[in-house]
Amino acid sequence: MTRIVSQTKSASVNPLKSSQPLGAALAFLGIDGAVPLFHGTQGCTSFALVLFVRHFKETIPLQTTAMDEVTTILGGSDNLEEAILNLKTRTKPKLIGVCTTALVETRGEDSAGDIADIRLKRAEELAGTEIVLANTPDFSGALEEGWAKAVTAVIEGITRPGERARQSKKIAILPGWNLTVADIEHLREMVESFGLHPVILPDLSGSLDGTVPDHWVPTTYGGTSVEGIRELGAAEHCIAIGEHMRRPADVLHKVTGVPYVLFESLTGLKAADQFVSLLSTISGEPVPAGVCRRRAQLQDALLDGHFHFGGKKIAIAAEPDQLYQYATFFVGMGSEIAAAVTTTDMSEILEKVPAESIQIGDLGDLETLAGGADLLVTHSHGRQASQRLGIPLMRVGFPVFDRLGSQHKLSILYQGTRDLVFEVANMFQADRHAPTPEELDPFRKRETPGGPRSSPLTRP
Amino acid sequence: MTSLSAKIQDVFDEPACDKNRGKDAKARKEGCARLLTPGAAAGGCAFDGAKIVLQPITNVAHLVHAPLACEGNSWDNRGAASSGPTLWRTSFTTDLTELDVVMGQGERKLFKAIREIKEAYAPPAVFVYSTCVTALIGDDIGAVCKRAAEKFGLAVVPINAPGLAGSKNLGNKLAAEALLDHVIGTVEPDDAGPYDINILGEFNLSGEFWLIKPLLDRLGIRVRACIPGDARYIDIASAHRARAAMVVCSTALINLARKMDERWDIPFFEGSFYGISDTSQALRNVAELLVRKGADPEILECTERLIAQEEAIAWKKLKAYRRRLQGKRVLLNTGGVKSWSVLHALMEIGMEIVGTSVKKSTVEDKERIKQILKDDNHMFEQMAARDLYTMLSEGKADIMLSGGRTQFVALKAKTPWLDINQERQHPYAGYDGMVELVRQIDLAIHNPIWSQVRERAPWDCEHGVKNQQPSTKNETATVHAAQEFAGTTPTISASVEEIR
Repeated sequence: MTRIVSQTKSASVNPLKSSQPLGAALAFLGIDGAVPLFHGTQGCTSFALVLFVRHFKETIPLQTTAMDEVTTILGGSDNLEEAILNLKTRTKPKLIGVCTTALVETRGEDSAGDIADIRLKRAEELAGTEIVLANTPDFSGALEEGWAKAVTAVIEGITRPGERARQSKKIAILPGWNLTVADIEHLREMVESFGLHPVILPDLSGSLDGTVPDHWVPTTYGGTSVEGIRELGAAEHCIAIGEHMRRPADVLHKVTGVPYVLFESLTGLKAADQFVSLLSTISGEPVPAGVCRRRAQLQDALLDGHFHFGGKKIAIAAEPDQLYQYATFFVGMGSEIAAAVTTTDMSEILEKVPAESIQIGDLGDLETLAGGADLLVTHSHGRQASQRLGIPLMRVGFPVFDRLGSQHKLSILYQGTRDLVFEVANMFQADRHAPTPEELDPFRKRETPGGPRSSPLTRP
Repeated sequence: MTSLSAKIQDVFDEPACDKNRGKDAKARKEGCARLLTPGAAAGGCAFDGAKIVLQPITNVAHLVHAPLACEGNSWDNRGAASSGPTLWRTSFTTDLTELDVVMGQGERKLFKAIREIKEAYAPPAVFVYSTCVTALIGDDIGAVCKRAAEKFGLAVVPINAPGLAGSKNLGNKLAAEALLDHVIGTVEPDDAGPYDINILGEFNLSGEFWLIKPLLDRLGIRVRACIPGDARYIDIASAHRARAAMVVCSTALINLARKMDERWDIPFFEGSFYGISDTSQALRNVAELLVRKGADPEILECTERLIAQEEAIAWKKLKAYRRRLQGKRVLLNTGGVKSWSVLHALMEIGMEIVGTSVKKSTVEDKERIKQILKDDNHMFEQMAARDLYTMLSEGKADIMLSGGRTQFVALKAKTPWLDINQERQHPYAGYDGMVELVRQIDLAIHNPIWSQVRERAPWDCEHGVKNQQPSTKNETATVHAAQEFAGTTPTISASVEEIR
């Protein structure tokens, strides 16, 4: 069983997490015509905005209630109201996603009550715009929790409650934040190839896929439609991806009775097999020939790629579901997880991560634990550690700001797993250095056990 | 071509080769290479063989006088390692064009190419390889090399082994002849000593000779020249002053060893660094030969001590794998590695040998293999890819060790495979090398992908998807099935236990 090691140090060194409101905002960004609104000071929004822009290379609609000293003391409800009204007039959004920050939560702001008041008081002005609140103080959780809370809030706030007549081909999909734009596009194509109609919530593939609109749009353009969210209850089935999507799926089930299946990860042959089988069962359609072909290609990629993975030591730092996704991928290829660092001990998935122990911590912990590893796996902030340790870095998750196209990298189902196999194998090949007499010398190796070559033999 | 045919006849008459001696005069004349069957041949040509033997000499410019294919399609494909110079990794060819061939500009182009290399890289030597086309059009590379050597004041060595002359094995020998004719003995070392040896036919693949050299260092034995692995030109030029030699890959360079013995009185033995007992035996033989040639007999004792110590360490490390590898079945399908010693070590840790090829093994090797396996049904000359595939598909072996050529036969049969030929990534020589080999076997056999690739799709891709599905038109049944799916397994994850 995986041992979870809690954090004991006080100074976090090179943080691994991004804050919770950022995760919530990201989820709202996957809804069509939306503007996320941070209820906090200007800085909260600005930092998040800059990070989003660096990662996605897109304009990001993100606004702030611009709390200041006075409003912090006297209460932020006026700022919230003003911000909502301003957003409504200036951008005419279909959805305003309010994400609270540590500031207003520490103050004890009753944001839910405030929003209820505002909606009542300004019903006419706000007609046609949904307002949804996610309570996401920065001092708890991280991206993963923020994302899940926003999706939960959207379902609670918008989806029409009650059992409905089910549309036989309609299925709801609740993807975790760790699915890229390419993953979601691929997911949709896969589901559609069975003749099913997916409603994906949130759907970053519509809004942050890097298209260039022909006119200025102040909100998101693309993503899940508010109408689609309202009608989620008509879905025949729901598929949630990632342990952190259990709560939204649960809520959907409670509100509308739509049954769900949760996939902890869609990466790897087995997970893909199960997903495809499920689609076939739900749709009653046979598996398309193209999908079988992709499966065979993945098998071949496993065969060709496994030579590069066997016995390799991998150090991963990621939020729980992504940690699970990549750890199972690497272990499935014959590598071992030499170091695992994550952001929280609250996720159930951690116990299933195939690592001896998981450190709750930061990239400083990763750097300490990763000595002697063959590959680091984390986001762009791991690059200095990679340099210092002389270990190559595979960039995954958020933020990835020093490489282009991270959103277009596929990591799920047959094709995505195949791509991952190649990406990693190529990194190992690129990193291969010529052997030297010194490192092969049988006597030297014996005198410095655990030397530069990683071999279980040199370890006691 | 007459001098080339004479050379070929000469190398086919090899008194140090038992196989060769066993033939009558007529058979000997036909040469030792298997007659090639058009449409069913595999393996390289004489040029390939010559290049393989010489290319690992690290500070020499290897210039291939040919149209592009000979060098362009073959360079940078073998994993020998260098501890210093990198010139051998730079590819040089005259890249003859149609016009060059038609106008007879080959020799001039070659001469200019040598000049350019000399000016840009200033190597101690240029090796010039003739090839089919340049042999056919009659370019006299010998004359060009001679002239260039005089003019530029550096060694320019003609390697006369065009592909059409014969097999790779013949090319190996012709390369050795070129070294004998033009290189070895051209430089007198000022530091010759009683513990100097040559290692012939060691390629230092993946740097594996560096697993051996420290052992020799410990015994005070100096490797005057390792030919060709990680060699410098000057090492080879002064190799004639060694006291003894070991031939590692006997089929390749036996003629070199014998002729050095004849010319410079350097006795040799054939040995191998693959496998534990072979490595020990090789060290022992080296010491004995040196003593015969006048070294202090004390070295024999030192050698035994070192062997005892190293063997103990290696066996101890190997023992750790016994539990994991006991009873696993190995198919050895290779020519290059002298297989019996490896077999011995694998069996020692409890692995079962279900077959071994003996294509390039000597009569003695075969005898030893027979003794070890106690059943010569497990020996085969060569196995057709189809038969190999069938055997592996039926699960008759847990792993195949072979060269890259049959890699995909194993992989497509979903059988673990390990490269033990020249393209391999890991060093397998000596005591540590044997442990590394076993470690790699362990990694390959126990990689979790095997269960994944062997498993059929749940809906069974191969046998017609339609038949396997529940009745597709019955909507209620389908919904029910989905709910059941959801009900029984609300959470789907690849089972970690299985992956582990």
